[in-house]
Amino acid sequence: MKNFDVVVIGGGPAGLAAALSARKKGASVAVLERDDKLGGILNQCIHSGFGLHYFGEELTGPEYAKRFRDAVLQDSGISVFLETMVLSLSKDKIICALSPAEGLLEIQAKAVVLAMGCRERSAGAIALAGERPAGIYTAGAAQRLCNIDGCLVGKEVVILGSGDIGLIMARRMTSEGAKVKLVMEIMPFSSGLKRNIVQCLNDFDIPLRYSTTVTRAEGKDRLTGVYIAPVDEKLAPILEKEEFIPCDTLLLSVGLIPENDLVSDMIELSPITKGAVVDERRETSLEGVFSAGNVLHVHDLVDNVSEEAAIAGESAALYALGKLPRGEKYAVTPSRGVRYALPQRIQAGEGKVRVYFRVDQVYRGKTVAVASGGEIVKRKKTAVMAPGEMQYIEIDKTALTGDVSIYLEEV
Amino acid sequence: MTSFDVIVIGGGVVGTAVLKSLASYEAKTLLLEKASDLSMGSSRANSGIVHAGYDAEPGTKKAYFNVLGAKMLPALAEELHVPYRKTGSLVAAKGGGEAGLEVLLDRAKKNGVRAEILSREKILELEPKISPEIQSALYAPDAGVVSPYKLTIAQGDFAVLNGATVKLNEKVEGIERAETGFIVKTSKGEYAAKAVVNAAGAGAKRINEAIGEMSVEQVYAAGDYYILDSKQSGVVNTVVFPLPDEKGKGILVAPTADGNVILGPTSRRVSEAQAERNAVTREGLALVREGVNRLISGVRIGDAIRVYAGTRTSVGSDFIIEESKSFPGYFMLLGICSPGLTSSPAIGEYVAEWAAKKFAFKKKEKTVPLPKKFKLSACSIEEAREKAKEDPAFGRIVCRCEKVTEGEILSAIHSPVPACTVDAVKRRVRAGMGRCQGGFCMPRVMEILSRELHLPLTAIRKGDEGSEIAPYEVKDGYEEL
Ligand SMILES: Cc1cc2nc3c(=O)[nH]c(=O)nc-3n(C[C@H](O)[C@H](O)[C@H](O)COP(=O)(O)OP(=O)(O)OC[C@H]3O[C@@H](n4cnc5c(N)ncnc54)[C@H](O)[C@@H]3O)c2cc1C
Ligand SMILES: Cc1cc2nc3c(=O)[nH]c(=O)nc-3n(C[C@H](O)[C@H](O)[C@H](O)COP(=O)(O)OP(=O)(O)OC[C@H]3O[C@@H](n4cnc5c(N)ncnc54)[C@H](O)[C@@H]3O)c2cc1C
Repeated sequence: MKNFDVVVIGGGPAGLAAALSARKKGASVAVLERDDKLGGILNQCIHSGFGLHYFGEELTGPEYAKRFRDAVLQDSGISVFLETMVLSLSKDKIICALSPAEGLLEIQAKAVVLAMGCRERSAGAIALAGERPAGIYTAGAAQRLCNIDGCLVGKEVVILGSGDIGLIMARRMTSEGAKVKLVMEIMPFSSGLKRNIVQCLNDFDIPLRYSTTVTRAEGKDRLTGVYIAPVDEKLAPILEKEEFIPCDTLLLSVGLIPENDLVSDMIELSPITKGAVVDERRETSLEGVFSAGNVLHVHDLVDNVSEEAAIAGESAALYALGKLPRGEKYAVTPSRGVRYALPQRIQAGEGKVRVYFRVDQVYRGKTVAVASGGEIVKRKKTAVMAPGEMQYIEIDKTALTGDVSIYLEEV
Repeated sequence: MTSFDVIVIGGGVVGTAVLKSLASYEAKTLLLEKASDLSMGSSRANSGIVHAGYDAEPGTKKAYFNVLGAKMLPALAEELHVPYRKTGSLVAAKGGGEAGLEVLLDRAKKNGVRAEILSREKILELEPKISPEIQSALYAPDAGVVSPYKLTIAQGDFAVLNGATVKLNEKVEGIERAETGFIVKTSKGEYAAKAVVNAAGAGAKRINEAIGEMSVEQVYAAGDYYILDSKQSGVVNTVVFPLPDEKGKGILVAPTADGNVILGPTSRRVSEAQAERNAVTREGLALVREGVNRLISGVRIGDAIRVYAGTRTSVGSDFIIEESKSFPGYFMLLGICSPGLTSSPAIGEYVAEWAAKKFAFKKKEKTVPLPKKFKLSACSIEEAREKAKEDPAFGRIVCRCEKVTEGEILSAIHSPVPACTVDAVKRRVRAGMGRCQGGFCMPRVMEILSRELHLPLTAIRKGDEGSEIAPYEVKDGYEEL
C-alpha cells in the first residue's frame, strides 16, 4: 500500500491544477490518469481559444495542457501514474487502481480530489430510432479519430445538438473538406458558446436550425441519411413535417454527463448537474473528498476548470494536513430563472466566494440577485445570459446571515 | 473443391448449435455465414429468455424442443462459460385475467413444466415493484436469461476448437445435387458435402428455393427494445410478461444475463426487405414504454443506454425441423422463431443425431473443452493482481464503463472464431456495451484491431462490408506536443 496526502483521480486540466495547488500547500500528491498522457480532453482540442482568462493569451488545447503538464512533471513532490485506471474508492479513502506497469495498485490517501471529467450522451441515451449503421458517432469520438488518430469519419455531415464539441467539429470537418449540411438543436436556444456559433458555423455558412430534431436514421451498413422534423412545445417531433437529408455521418453533441460512477453510491450528487454537491471549498458530502472540473459540473471554459480545481486542490491539502477550517454552512438554492448554482453550500466566515450558475433560457437585461437570511446581499445587472454560458456572481461571506438563494429579478 | 461431411448454412444460435453438437462426432464440418460475424441475425437481437415451456401448444415441435432445450441450456451455458441466470418468470395478469393463467397452467402440466399461480402477496415477494394493477401471475421457476450472442459465438468457438471450419463473409448462393451429396456455391467458392443443414433464419426460404425444395411462406415480425443502464438492475428480478395475446408473448421486463434491464419487444409485421434492416420505430418504442408501465412501476426510461430491433421469421405456427423428402441429406430448419433460442440446444442435438445415424459418424472419445477466459469485471482483486502481473495487457483498461482490458480484447481478436470488427469485439467482451456506448473506447478498439489485423485504421469496420467507421485520411494533421 502506498500513502499520499492528496490523491487526484484524473489528469486532465482539473486534476493537474488541483495537484499543483495541493503541492503549494506542502502536501505529497499523486495523480492517477488512465490515459498514457496527461492533459485529458484538451489533448484532442487542437483548436485555439483556451486560456484567454487564465493566461491572458489564446492557446490551443494541447498548449494549455502542456503548461500544466510541464509544471506537474517538474515537481518531484507529485507522483504521476499513467495508464492507471481507478477501479474503486472506499469511504476511508483507499484507492484501488490498475495499470500495466504497476499491476494492481492500492493507495491510502488522506484527501482525494475527483477530477474524472465527463462522458458524452450517446445515440442510445437519446433513444435514436431507425437503423444502427456505421456513421453515427458522438462528436468527441469523431474528434479523437480526427485529431489523434488521423482519420475522418465522413464527408457529408449532419450534426444533432449545438454543444460546443459539435460546433467545433463542424468547423474541423469543413476544414478537412467535408460538407456539413446542417446543425440541429431541439431547444429554441443553443447549448454551446455564442463565440463558437459565430466562429464555427456562421463563418462557414453552416445553417443552424432550432427546435428541430432527428426522427430516425437510415442505412444498412453505412448511414445514407437522416429524417428530421421540427418539434412542438413539448419537444415532440411534428411528423407531418418530416424531411429526409442524405448524409453519411451524424454527429451527436447532445450533452455531457459527469463521470461519477466511481462515487455515485458514496457521495451526494445533484440531480441537475449530475456532479457532487459541494461547498465553496469544493468538498463533497464525504469529508476529505473534493471534486472539480467537468466531473463536478460541465464547464464551457477550461479557464474556469483550472480556477475551480485550484480551490479543490488547496482545500484537499489543508484537509490532509489538518488545517481546513470548519464552520456553519448555509445552503445555496437556485430559483426563478436559475437552473443550478454551485457551490450548493457556503461556510460562514470571511472572504469572497464566486457562485457559478446557469440560467434556464435566454434572458436579456435581467438583474441577478442573491439573498441571504431574507435580505438581498448582492445584485448584478446583465446584458444577455444564455444556458450555454456559465455565469458567476461574487459575494462577500461576511454579508451572509442565513441560507442563500439566487434568482433573476423581473422573471 | 474441398469436401465436407456436413455443411451448415447460417451462423445463428441454431446453426452453431448444430455445429457444436456435430463436434462430438468424427465428422468434417463447415459452417457458412454471409455476415462478418456469427450471430448477426435474430440471434443477436432478441429477448434472451430461456422460456420454461408452458407457452407452446402441447404436442407441437415448439413444445418438444423448448422443454428439452430449456433443460439442456443451464449445463451448456456453464460448459461454454456463457452468462446465464435462472431467474424464474412471471406471467402477470390484472383482475379478471385468471382464466388466461389457467390455460397456461394447463399447458405447463401437459408439457411437463413446473409452474404455479401466485397471488399478489406472493408476487410482491418476488417483484416488489410489480404494478398495482397486477393481481395474479403464473410463476415458472425454471425460466432464465442467457446472453444469446455469447452463446452463439461460444458454440462456434467450441466447434472450431474441435475441428470444425467456420467461414464468415461468405454467402450461399446456390446448391446443386451431386452424386455423393451436394455442391454448395457461395460468393467465394464451391464446397462439396454429403449433407447440408439449412439454418439460414430469414434466409432459409431462399436456400430452399435454390435447391428446388418446396417454397414456403415466411412471415416477419420486428420487435423493438430498450436496454437500460445496469444501475436500474434493481427494478426487476424475474422475467415478467403480460398475458400473451394473438401477437405473441407481449412486452416483457427482465434482467439480462449481463446485468442490464431489457424492455420489449413489440411485434410489427414487416416485409422481407425490412426484415434485413432491423430499424427501430418511434411508435414501437412508445408501445414498449406503455407496456412496461402496465407491469412494473418506477422503470426509468431515462436510463436507456441502447435501443434496437430484431426480426422473427415464422412459417406457419410451428417450427419445421425435418429432412427433405425430395432431397435426402438436405435438412431444413425453417421458421425458427421464438422460442428458438431456448430450443436451439435440443435442435442441435437432434440434427447431429440424424446426421450421425445417416452417415454412421463415430462418436469422439472426448472433446476439447472451451477454456474459460479472464474477465476483469467478474474476477476478484487477487485474480486481477495475478493476471496483470502475468501479462501487462490485462492491466490496461480500454473500455472504462464495462472495465474491459486490452488483454481481453486481444483474446477476442485471436479466438477460434476471430473478432474482426468493432461490433464483433463488443459482442465478445462488452467493450462499448456500457453507458457511454463506445464513445470513449471505440477509437481505442479500432487502434487495437488495426494493429492486430495489420489493416490501416481507415479500413476498420463496425460490422459488415461497407461499414468502415472512419474511411478517410485526415489531410491536415497536427503534431503532438
Ligand atoms: C471537445 C471539447 C472542446 C472544448 N473546447 C473548449 C474551448 O474551445 N475553449 C475552452 O476554454 N474550453 C473548451 N472545452 C472545455 C474544457 O476543455 C474542458 O471543460 C476541460 O478539459 C475539462 O477538464 P477536466 O479536467 O475536468 O476533464 P478532462 O479533460 O475530461 O479530464 C479528465 C481526466 O480524468 C481521467 N479519468 C477519468 N476517470 C478516471 C479513472 N477512473 N481513473 C483514472 N483517470 C480517470 C480521464 O482520462 C481524463 O484524462 C472543451 C471541452 C471539450 C470536451
Ligand atoms: C424480437 C425477438 C425476440 C425473441 N425472443 C426470444 C426469447 O426470448 N427466447 C427464445 O428462446 N427465442 C427468442 N426469439 C427467437 C430466437 O431469437 C430465434 O429463434 C433464433 O435466434 C433463431 O436462430 P437462427 O440461428 O435460426 O437464426 P439467425 O440467428 O437469424 O441466423 C441465421 C443466419 O443465417 C445467415 N444467412 C442467411 N442467409 C444466408 C446465406 N444465403 N448464406 C450464408 N448465411 C446466411 C444469417 O446471416 C444469419 O446469421 C426471439 C426472436 C426475436 C426476433
